[in-house]
Amino acid sequence: MTPATRRILLFAPFAVAAAGGVAFYGMLQGMRTGEYNPRGVPSALIGRSPPDFTLPPLEGVETPALTSADLQNLPGPVIVNFWASWCVPCIIEHPQLMRLHREGVPVFGIAYKDRPEDSLRFLRERGNPYRRLSRDEPGRVAIDWGVYGVPETYLLDRQGIIRWRFAGPITQDVLDQDIRPLLRRWAS
Amino acid sequence: MIAELGHFALALALILAFAQTCLPLLGAQHRDARLMASAAPLAVGQSVAIAASFACLMYSYAINDTTVLNVVQNSHSAKPMLYKITGTWGNHEGSLILWVLILALCGLAVAAFGRDLPSTLKARVLGVLGLVSVGFLLFILKTSNPFERMWPPPPDGQGLNPILQDIGLAMHPPLLYLGYVGYAVTFAFAVAALIEGRVDAAWGRWVRPWSLAAWAFLTLGIALGSWWAYYELGWGGYWFWDPVENASLLPWLIGTALLHSAIVVEKREALKTWTVLLAIIAFGMSLLGTFLVRSGVLNSVHSFANDPERGMFILALLLFYVGGAFLLFAWRAQIMVPTGIFAPVSREGAIVLNNLLVCSITAVVFVGTLWPMFADALFGAKVSVGPPFFNMASFPLVVPLLLAMAAGPLMPWKRAQLWPVVQRLWAAAVVGLLAFFVALLLTGERVLPAVGFAFAAWTIGAALTDLADRTALFRTSLSNSWARARGLSRAAWGAAIAHAGVGVVAAGIAGMGLAQERLIAMAPGDTTQMAGYTWRLDGVRDHTGPNYTARRATITVLRDGEVLHVMEPSRRWFPIGRQHTTEVSIRTNLLYDLYAVIGEEDAATGKAVIRIHYNLLAPWLWIGSFIMALGGALSLADRRVRISAPARKAAAQAAPA
Repeated sequence: MTPATRRILLFAPFAVAAAGGVAFYGMLQGMRTGEYNPRGVPSALIGRSPPDFTLPPLEGVETPALTSADLQNLPGPVIVNFWASWCVPCIIEHPQLMRLHREGVPVFGIAYKDRPEDSLRFLRERGNPYRRLSRDEPGRVAIDWGVYGVPETYLLDRQGIIRWRFAGPITQDVLDQDIRPLLRRWAS
Repeated sequence: MIAELGHFALALALILAFAQTCLPLLGAQHRDARLMASAAPLAVGQSVAIAASFACLMYSYAINDTTVLNVVQNSHSAKPMLYKITGTWGNHEGSLILWVLILALCGLAVAAFGRDLPSTLKARVLGVLGLVSVGFLLFILKTSNPFERMWPPPPDGQGLNPILQDIGLAMHPPLLYLGYVGYAVTFAFAVAALIEGRVDAAWGRWVRPWSLAAWAFLTLGIALGSWWAYYELGWGGYWFWDPVENASLLPWLIGTALLHSAIVVEKREALKTWTVLLAIIAFGMSLLGTFLVRSGVLNSVHSFANDPERGMFILALLLFYVGGAFLLFAWRAQIMVPTGIFAPVSREGAIVLNNLLVCSITAVVFVGTLWPMFADALFGAKVSVGPPFFNMASFPLVVPLLLAMAAGPLMPWKRAQLWPVVQRLWAAAVVGLLAFFVALLLTGERVLPAVGFAFAAWTIGAALTDLADRTALFRTSLSNSWARARGLSRAAWGAAIAHAGVGVVAAGIAGMGLAQERLIAMAPGDTTQMAGYTWRLDGVRDHTGPNYTARRATITVLRDGEVLHVMEPSRRWFPIGRQHTTEVSIRTNLLYDLYAVIGEEDAATGKAVIRIHYNLLAPWLWIGSFIMALGGALSLADRRVRISAPARKAAAQAAPA
């Protein structure tokens, strides 16, 4: 080994560490601006419109039903939330949905594999954050969307294109770090 | 008031650490004995200040001081006192204080017992340790102050996460930190050596015990974490190749390589540049693990609260320490000239092979852990790298590693003949082959587990061969062998025992490859057959605990109509935390575990989902890890560590620190 090669070789660890550092820096910047979300689950539907569906409303509440026609030409980004009364994480995320609702963000809901009376009791006890609400008791529409399990949340832009998908409860962190930046980003 | 004192002590520690960085390093540069001598009292002062700060935080936890935000977020008055205390380091902020406390105590140990170290080397090591401390204290004070107040105070804390109230989990972080911080000390030695431009046997003699102690603690820490996941998460597995688990495995692997190459530096003054590089990487991997877990770039079941701001700070620290050390390395490593020359086939050669293989496994784990993140960030592609990748990629590397591990200790230094070594290993080879065929017959021709058993038997056999060889067993009288065994160095015993421990773990992994599990919906009175046992669900009852309600199943395990065990797994509901936990029921006889979990119940059919496992040799995973750590501890107690003053005291101090 010539001294020059040795010299270059001895620099290799630094070069690798520096490259790794730059990549991590980019990742953290992406997390700050909301462009990169390490917790997102891949979805074939990202960048596409949701599948067509018509579903019945939940009887007993005023909220109108949600169909795929309601997800086109929107005034701003919307949130579509799959939930069920039997799901514990749905209870955890509920206050965050209520907060979004109070702030005027359209939150659409689809009750997944849930008996109507149970859904109704859930909303009566805890409050109804949904601007539109349908029930998918057989869970067929959820399959078309590629739902993994409840709760699962999608964010659609004004054209009705799915931009973001999240499996799991929307905690305060998810609200602050993911949803709010995304709402800002897709507002126009 | 107490919290403010703790905060103040932390700031004081930062100033002392800063002084500990500047004065000794300057002193060493200018050969000023007085400046160099300031390192020891400054290390004492820093330790006292951090210990005081830690005690203040612990006190706030013990009295459940709800004006302290950290306590509110992580504790609750209804917690048992034990978990209030352990809760001190069960969160991000507190665990960092524990980290710097251990670091300061290690520095204290170097200062107090390093009287025989060359004065400039000692001053530089303490200076670098001070610099590491400065970075982490700044990190705590800037982004993670545990003493932040909350006003008005809430009536009680919010932290009653029942999953985290567990003694295994409480002891897991301190053990890991002892390991991580041990690598901070070897890092400091490496950087000091680079500044000095000198690596010799005395340096190796100091680095070896520190890396050994760090390795032993890390081994225990990882094993404890794996055990916790096994019995608490209730998934029946012991290792999930989860990014957070991998983050602790990476420094362990590099530490294993470091441990072996440091022996070569000590004994033969070779592999110097390589050992210095490993020492830097080992600490780098510890920091990387911290970064991955704390910054939220990972998607994992166990990660702490995520925060990109903190991530930025840790990344800056990581780049400062590791990048700086690598620059220094590129600049100074030229100077180090190996004096010991060795043939490819020799003890040194075997250790080089071990290093190469272990580093390749590290590369596999490293790439597998980080690739999904990079792919996501750079190309927007969500890929998942799962256990199949890790298993398949590491298997071809582990096989030659186990082969070489058996041969290495039987080889002499400098130059060896391969054939005599192979001859001496015939017994181990026969035992291995025998294990292979017996396993194949008994398991119905499952090849991979049988290969695992073969290598386990081979590794243990080779370790015994090594001991038999050294004590001349069967070649001389028994009493003579006994005398030799007693005269054998503890390092030799330690190495053989640690290697045998690897074999025991390998057997455990092979056994778990034969584990059986079944998920079944059962009504009371139903029975099912698995692994030669009859499992009967007798019923599911309500049960009330101090702060939870539970559904508890009673499962009777029978063999040939006789009752063997009654197992009572339960599902607990903690109303305060709104959380479910599964309480696994495990019955073990040290050869296998019977493992039962109760899942959801269906009110309509009256059936409960029951998951049962038969985990062959599962206990050996932890017994083997413990044997490995025991081997490390024995090696630390070696005569040459105890008698030669410099190395001795570092090792003796590592334990209480």
